[in-house]
Amino acid sequence: MADRPITIREALSAALREEMQRDERVFIMGEEVGVWGGTYAVTRGFLDEFGAKRVRDTPIAEMVIAGSAVGAAMAGLRPVAELMTINFAFLALDAIVNHMAKVRYMFNGQFTVPMVIRTTTGGGKQLGATHSHAPEVLFAHFPGMYVAVPGTAYDAKGMLKASIRDDNPVLFVEHSTMLQRRSPVPDDPDFVLPIGKSDIKREGDDVTIVTFGKGLEWSMAAAEQLEKDGIEAEIVDLRWLRPLDLEPVFESFKKTNRCVVVEESLPMFSVGAEVAAQLQNEMFDYMDAPVKRVAAMDNPLPYSREIELMALPDAQKIVAAVKEVV
Amino acid sequence: MATDVQIAHQIDDTGVDLDAKLLLELYWQMVRARRTDERTWVLHRQGKIAFHISGIGHEGIQIGAAYAMRRGYDYAQLYYRDLAFAMAMGYTPHDFMLSIFGKAGEPTSGARQMPSHFSSRALGMLSSSSPVATQVPQAAGAALACKLRGEDRVTVVTLGEGSTSEGDFYEGLNWAGVHKLPLVCIVQNNIYAISVPVHLQMAVPNVADRAPMFGIAGAIVDGNDVLASYRVMSEAIQRAREGGGATLVEAKTYRPVPHSSDDDDRTYRTRDEVETWKQRDPILRFQAYLRERGLLDDEAIDEIEQRVRQEVDEAQAAAEAAPYPPAEDALYPLFKPLDETD
Repeated sequence: MADRPITIREALSAALREEMQRDERVFIMGEEVGVWGGTYAVTRGFLDEFGAKRVRDTPIAEMVIAGSAVGAAMAGLRPVAELMTINFAFLALDAIVNHMAKVRYMFNGQFTVPMVIRTTTGGGKQLGATHSHAPEVLFAHFPGMYVAVPGTAYDAKGMLKASIRDDNPVLFVEHSTMLQRRSPVPDDPDFVLPIGKSDIKREGDDVTIVTFGKGLEWSMAAAEQLEKDGIEAEIVDLRWLRPLDLEPVFESFKKTNRCVVVEESLPMFSVGAEVAAQLQNEMFDYMDAPVKRVAAMDNPLPYSREIELMALPDAQKIVAAVKEVV
Repeated sequence: MATDVQIAHQIDDTGVDLDAKLLLELYWQMVRARRTDERTWVLHRQGKIAFHISGIGHEGIQIGAAYAMRRGYDYAQLYYRDLAFAMAMGYTPHDFMLSIFGKAGEPTSGARQMPSHFSSRALGMLSSSSPVATQVPQAAGAALACKLRGEDRVTVVTLGEGSTSEGDFYEGLNWAGVHKLPLVCIVQNNIYAISVPVHLQMAVPNVADRAPMFGIAGAIVDGNDVLASYRVMSEAIQRAREGGGATLVEAKTYRPVPHSSDDDDRTYRTRDEVETWKQRDPILRFQAYLRERGLLDDEAIDEIEQRVRQEVDEAQAAAEAAPYPPAEDALYPLFKPLDETD
């Protein structure tokens, strides 16, 4: 079937709809998912199509959204729970970290937790420090759950479908400012991407840019500018923080010998730190320059437009970091 | 709403129609759990195990509740004081001994989780938690799953009165109320959350007084009376099974031992208070009742004690003799492989 350009929002919506049609154990719940159709309109029309049993508006209670999804999953259903933003997931941290991610290990595989928590991340919308961070890396710290961070409509659809079909828990992180981004996506209802595979989004020989989510957009823009200066960047989109697939990064690094890691998360104890550590372990002999990191400023995110943008990464900061190493 | 229950010395068998065989089975279950628990204290004091969290004194509500369930069909989401409850569901002294010694073959967790985190897919016991009250939202989720599938399965969740201060308790029961879920929430109110007394946990006299705010039924029962507990739980479970929604059952009880092997309860309560409650011990009360009804005498009591002792001895010996898990068991796969089926 032909690929057709659709937005990330449409891709997410199609993935959910197809999986709900495919498997009646899949149901969705969260704040505003029903009558309103989702805070970001991903589930618009679902209540009419699937009914209130499978499209459940919840109280404003993150702990019970995540916790009851864990219970329903243990009892044999496949919930897709929605948390309005990953910044509110802190209210459900115990259900996610201590239960969703650990039940299979702690109880000897008696119970698996086939659930997905969909949530949005990211700044740039003037929503202040308690709505706008991109702390997905924090969840990737804990073994036991997959963490999906798609950056294109193609990836969003294939990864969400894979997450719903998998028997293990997934934290699925969508960037709130990227939902209108468009790219060609297969209509095939069995289009599913593998879990834990990163992807080369741009080829180049001079520097390896490792990124995910919104970082992909900034990095692609930076690569265009760098190209004008004769620098060809290779961009590796991690797509998943767990499982973390660094093989394409290592392969690329053998060619470029230089790496810049781009992420919207805070800089301390970050994806950049992890990638740099693994590179110096595995690729020491190939290293021609220190691994550079581009991340948000190490501050709570400010509200006012100009200083918010100043605190976030952008293409210019990536260009500057690349020019330090090539 | 019932008023404050007077903790009595008698057993209230009003409306309970259990035959002699079943009554004696309840008694045996209570004694079996108590002796397993007491043995675990001894093993801790001998330095043979790391830690114990005890359910002594809570056997009345736990055995009464378990027997009110359709065991093997209904779900239970238990907390760490529920040894008697778990044993009535099918968990054995041997299972528990393997757990406390951390030995290979421990059935609930492969010896990777702390003891007293009762979980068994086969017995319908969902995972249990250490951070208190997190089981309430999860149990509400399990109840939701049953309702969505159109089953008449009921989920029973238990916690202590201290745990009712957590937000999870409110979020979970609110959710159960909104969706009229087939859930029974038992709060075993033993007056102390470690050292903090109940009047510092809440400003209402009874946990069950909070039921109306969730729009669910509330009930208070003397948790040291196994038959009254059985009756109240039977009513709550029937209501849930028939679509009448959730019930918050408060079982008034007492923990005559410290919170765990690692605290000294003499720092926070008097010996007089503990001794007074020991007079209301759920096993002694039930024993007196069975004697009065001519169902139990000294000889029968001895026979039960000997049978239980033998089972606990054998369980302990088998667990002590069992090997530890191999080192690679720490690397138990976090994720279920794609090709693995249940």
